[in-house]
Amino acid sequence: MYGNDFGAPEEASGGGLLGEVEAAEAALREAAARQRRRVPASDDDLAGFFAEIVEADQKIEPRDWMPEAYRKTLIRQIAQHAHSEIIGMQPEGNWISRAPSLKRKAILLAKVQDEAGHGLYLYAAAETLGISRDELVDLLLNGRQKYSSIFNYPTLTWADVGAIGWLVDGAAIVNQVPLCRCSYGPYARAMIRICKEESFHQRQGYEILHTLAHGTPAQKAMAQDALDRWWYPSLAMFGPPDGESTHSTQSMAWKIKRFSNDELRQRFVDMCVQQAEILGLTIPDPDLRWNDERQAYDFTQPDYDELMRVIKGDGPCNRQRMAHRRQAHADGAWVREAAAAYAAKRAVEKKEKVAA
Amino acid sequence: MNGPFEFTLRLGDDALIAAQRLAEWTTRAPEMEEDIALANIALDQLGAARLLLTYAGELEGAGRDEDALAYLRDDREFRNCLLVELPNDDFAVTMAKLLLLSAYQLPLYTALAECADERLAAIGSKTRKESAYHLDHAALWVKRLGDGTEESHRRMQAAVEQVWPYAAELFAPDPGAPVDPAALRAEFDATVTAVLAEATLTRPESGWAPAGGRDGVHTEHLSYLLAEMQVLHRAHPGAKW
Ligand SMILES: [Fe+2]
Ligand SMILES: [Fe+2]
Repeated sequence: MYGNDFGAPEEASGGGLLGEVEAAEAALREAAARQRRRVPASDDDLAGFFAEIVEADQKIEPRDWMPEAYRKTLIRQIAQHAHSEIIGMQPEGNWISRAPSLKRKAILLAKVQDEAGHGLYLYAAAETLGISRDELVDLLLNGRQKYSSIFNYPTLTWADVGAIGWLVDGAAIVNQVPLCRCSYGPYARAMIRICKEESFHQRQGYEILHTLAHGTPAQKAMAQDALDRWWYPSLAMFGPPDGESTHSTQSMAWKIKRFSNDELRQRFVDMCVQQAEILGLTIPDPDLRWNDERQAYDFTQPDYDELMRVIKGDGPCNRQRMAHRRQAHADGAWVREAAAAYAAKRAVEKKEKVAA
Repeated sequence: MNGPFEFTLRLGDDALIAAQRLAEWTTRAPEMEEDIALANIALDQLGAARLLLTYAGELEGAGRDEDALAYLRDDREFRNCLLVELPNDDFAVTMAKLLLLSAYQLPLYTALAECADERLAAIGSKTRKESAYHLDHAALWVKRLGDGTEESHRRMQAAVEQVWPYAAELFAPDPGAPVDPAALRAEFDATVTAVLAEATLTRPESGWAPAGGRDGVHTEHLSYLLAEMQVLHRAHPGAKW
């Protein structure tokens, strides 16, 4: 149950979600312990074998046969997720140098570092599907693969760091907790590890906002302004409404995706309302109210036209984010070449030693 | 009795300014693994800075905590060496700076771990392990770049020449201090000379020895670094974060 099990502020930042991650982890262990049929009976049985594993909530592993479309869908999804982690370092990285206390600076630096780690696990998970990290990075840099549109919004004040932690990491967790049960083993395992860290990030972001909201009038105004700007883009993180989502149905059947965009968005709204109340901040939606019949909050949908514009490249920071990543990649080329040349020389030396 | 305060402040400021510069690499490193490694080193330096500045504030006894010392002093009151405030420049310059800094911090913290002041000894025994890792990391890159490609060799040699003169300031004698920096020079020289030789680089000869950081007379770079670091904290006097 989301949203109603939050009492004290310490309890208010998604403890229920962390519980779900732990449950998914336990389920993963159980599934691994259950005997899985080791190999398909014959080559004609490949699709049947795959369907059986998915049906039984067992995990598909890298060496298993899988439909080509399943492989492609996973590569696209995991790569986009990895790219989002890497690009997502920029908006928050923007405040490391100006963090207002040394403690906050350390927490933020460690958080942004965690996101780089998430990017690495995810690229590694994608590599198990037969594509290299270099290829994926190229797909990002030449614009053929996307990253989450949320990172195309600017971080204008320190409170935005809090809002990103609370809302963006929060939405990411709501999206990703079901992925801990994804049918593809390496992705499910990466998601369990990542979700645990994201829940710390969400708590830290919430704490930043809590401190601001209980601080000076200027700090409180900063916190409210951040919520005003980040609320709708965060709702848009769940993607277009169910009727318009292109990839959903097949992904559900394959147990890559387990809930629809709208279900997850609702879950997120329900979770945030009481947390905002504890913060003493106002969610910028005059039509937000409890619906007794649905046992959920009614709320205003984000502007999906804006979402489409941002996805297409016309958000406030798309050009900046991509230019920054391309620049870092280009600036580092001579360093990567040097490392490769050095390693090659050492390998030759080793061979010569062995030969001698 | 300003001695231990001044000494602790110098070490704390070295670590803080080094952390601020290293953190500038976040999202800009040549590869993702290196982004993580540089953030790690920045976090270690920041952690050391917090311990040292907190203790410096206690030694001073004027009620200043780590944040008061970090955010509410002007550049003329900072006591860090010039080396750490120099801009990052390219990756070779950053690694040259880190090599010199960690080759100085490692024997410094190791000696500190044995000193009579218990707090400083505890800080030294924690941070010397971190410095050993920083030194390994910097040495590995200096070797890779020095003995990598023609371009990387040229850049690495230029970087070493650029930062080398700033090493002298680190070892200015301070006989009354818990650890006299002059006593660390021999170990520093041995470490750095070996790394440069393995990296096929030439150790520079320089008569120029810029200094002044320990007296608060810095390069032009520091006040820009502080302006950025302190801007938000100073915009909200007395606020909690
Ligand atoms: Fe992440
Ligand atoms: Fe995160």
